[in-house]
Amino acid sequence: MARITIEAEYCKACGLCVSACKKGVIRFGGGTNAMGYHAVEPDETKGCVGCKLCAVVCPEAAIEVYR
Amino acid sequence: MEKVYQRPKTLAAAPTRYCPGCMHGLVSKLMAELVEEYGIAGRTVAVLPVGCGAMSKNLFTFDVVCAAHGRAPAVATGFSRCAPDKIVFTYQGDGDLGAIGLSEIVHAANRGERFMTVFINNSTYGMTGGQMAPTTLVGQKTTTTPLGRDPLTEGYPMKMCEILSQLEAPAYIARFSLRTPAGVRRAKEGLRKALEIQLRGEGFAFVELLSICPTNWGLSPENCLKWMAEQSEKVFPEGEYSRAKEVK
Repeated sequence: MARITIEAEYCKACGLCVSACKKGVIRFGGGTNAMGYHAVEPDETKGCVGCKLCAVVCPEAAIEVYR
Repeated sequence: MEKVYQRPKTLAAAPTRYCPGCMHGLVSKLMAELVEEYGIAGRTVAVLPVGCGAMSKNLFTFDVVCAAHGRAPAVATGFSRCAPDKIVFTYQGDGDLGAIGLSEIVHAANRGERFMTVFINNSTYGMTGGQMAPTTLVGQKTTTTPLGRDPLTEGYPMKMCEILSQLEAPAYIARFSLRTPAGVRRAKEGLRKALEIQLRGEGFAFVELLSICPTNWGLSPENCLKWMAEQSEKVFPEGEYSRAKEVK
């Protein structure tokens, strides 16, 4: 089972990772970070496969992938 | 569980200064990853432009020089000639490279200087407020072409890869689109070829990367990607325009 971690303080909620994920693992979070953005968060129930597509397109390099 | 993708150490531990969805962060990340992979952070110099791209000075943990507007290729020429052991790359936007710095880039390419240029093309001037750039598409609305770019008065978009590919000296010229994850991976492989040309000291390499500007295009990042597929990728097709003998 793979998983991702998202550095919420770097995220600007642009949504490029949300569009890139084929499994719908990433969603916009309810809280706000120090910059005022609704940082994205992983949904552990959606079955991440560790394909790295979200991390590859993240302009903030905020996503790390474990597999 | 093994970590299979991580933030490169050559990026500072801080958020970028770029707008949400801006692909400058992505391009800076790709360069930082390559510098880390080849272990050349101690002898790499980035020459930054005037424009949004200059904000990468806060991102790279290796040496950077900020050049005057459009003059990054001239500064890189001096740097690589005086310090031939350094790996030098310029990082320029389309306003910087295609307008005020057109002369510098063409002549540096024509001399086959030993550095590589990373050219980010988002069809607009980002930092100054979304004015028309040389690469703005026909019909594209900007703050200085509110009715859309009219070729009769403003000319046509300049295709830098095609222009530079007429020269004999450049070792490698290529264009990639950052619209999809596959495109980002192709772009990284293109940047890798350009960097390896620098490591072998074989001359000038130029990589153009199609990007987006959600703030000045007035679209969400997701809609920017659709606009890219429908508009900019048709005018600026992906491809390798000139290849070194060794790269073939």
